[in-house]
Amino acid sequence: MKFIPDPIGKFFHRMASPPHFYALAGQMIPWLTGIFLVLLGYGLFAGLYLAPTDYQQGDSYRIIYIHVPSAWMSLFIYIVMALAGAIGLIWRIKLAEIMAISSASVGASFTFIALVTGSLWGKPMWGTWWVWDARLTSELILLFLYLGVMGLYNAIDDKRTASKAVAILALVGVVNIPIIHYSVEWWNTLHQGPTVTKMDKPSIHISMLIPLLTMAVAFKFYYVIAVLQRARLELLQRERTSAWVKKLVMEQSK
Amino acid sequence: MTIESFFAMGGYAFYVWTAYGICGVVLVINVLMPLRQRLSFLQELARKQQRQQL
Repeated sequence: MKFIPDPIGKFFHRMASPPHFYALAGQMIPWLTGIFLVLLGYGLFAGLYLAPTDYQQGDSYRIIYIHVPSAWMSLFIYIVMALAGAIGLIWRIKLAEIMAISSASVGASFTFIALVTGSLWGKPMWGTWWVWDARLTSELILLFLYLGVMGLYNAIDDKRTASKAVAILALVGVVNIPIIHYSVEWWNTLHQGPTVTKMDKPSIHISMLIPLLTMAVAFKFYYVIAVLQRARLELLQRERTSAWVKKLVMEQSK
Repeated sequence: MTIESFFAMGGYAFYVWTAYGICGVVLVINVLMPLRQRLSFLQELARKQQRQQL
């Protein structure tokens, strides 16, 4: 019995073939970059210029347009990384392993940005750069998880073994994701509660919500660009002795 | 709104622009580093291949 129809199976098989993926990613990056820059341009213009000043926080609230999308990405990328890791662990698909490890550095960057921009927002609003409240601490642990994944991967020479170890670490760390998300509800935190994800009645005005969502979509595009860029490098390094890489190098050096 | 008042960010210029600046630098580094590493890796592979052909 077949669960997956032939054309779809063939499509995934072709997609997962390293030379095809390498070439396709290279073709897609300029287009994705174009879309990203348009979204980013509009998001920045709308967020920094068009959106009105907040009646309580003044213009300092404008940090929200990078802080919140970065924080969302830090959680989203972690879940993608753990899922890709699990797929690599179960089906031994090389490309899934590469996607998992390539996501780690991008995720770590967004986590770092979320923490730093939060700190820069906290200083004028709360009067302190940092507090050990549940939201901030669990986000810091997320950064350590990402760094742990990267460090573990680099510490093991055999990259297939390294991918296995990294996938297990990433999967164990998934427990931190709901903790980060619900931390503002479970504990009494200095960090404010959710403003956007209360879908019935978001407590943010539409003129502030649109730039925020635009930036969130722009960051999603950025993630795809960055992860493809890193995956191409990772793929070349792993496949350096294969025929397709030799052919590629020969064609380029002509 | 004048240009000055835009950059002043209602007195929060330091916090807002530092946040955006750090965000920009980190995101740019994140795509440029793998790109540069990949190009230099390809060059290194090309040199190796040439040596083997000699």
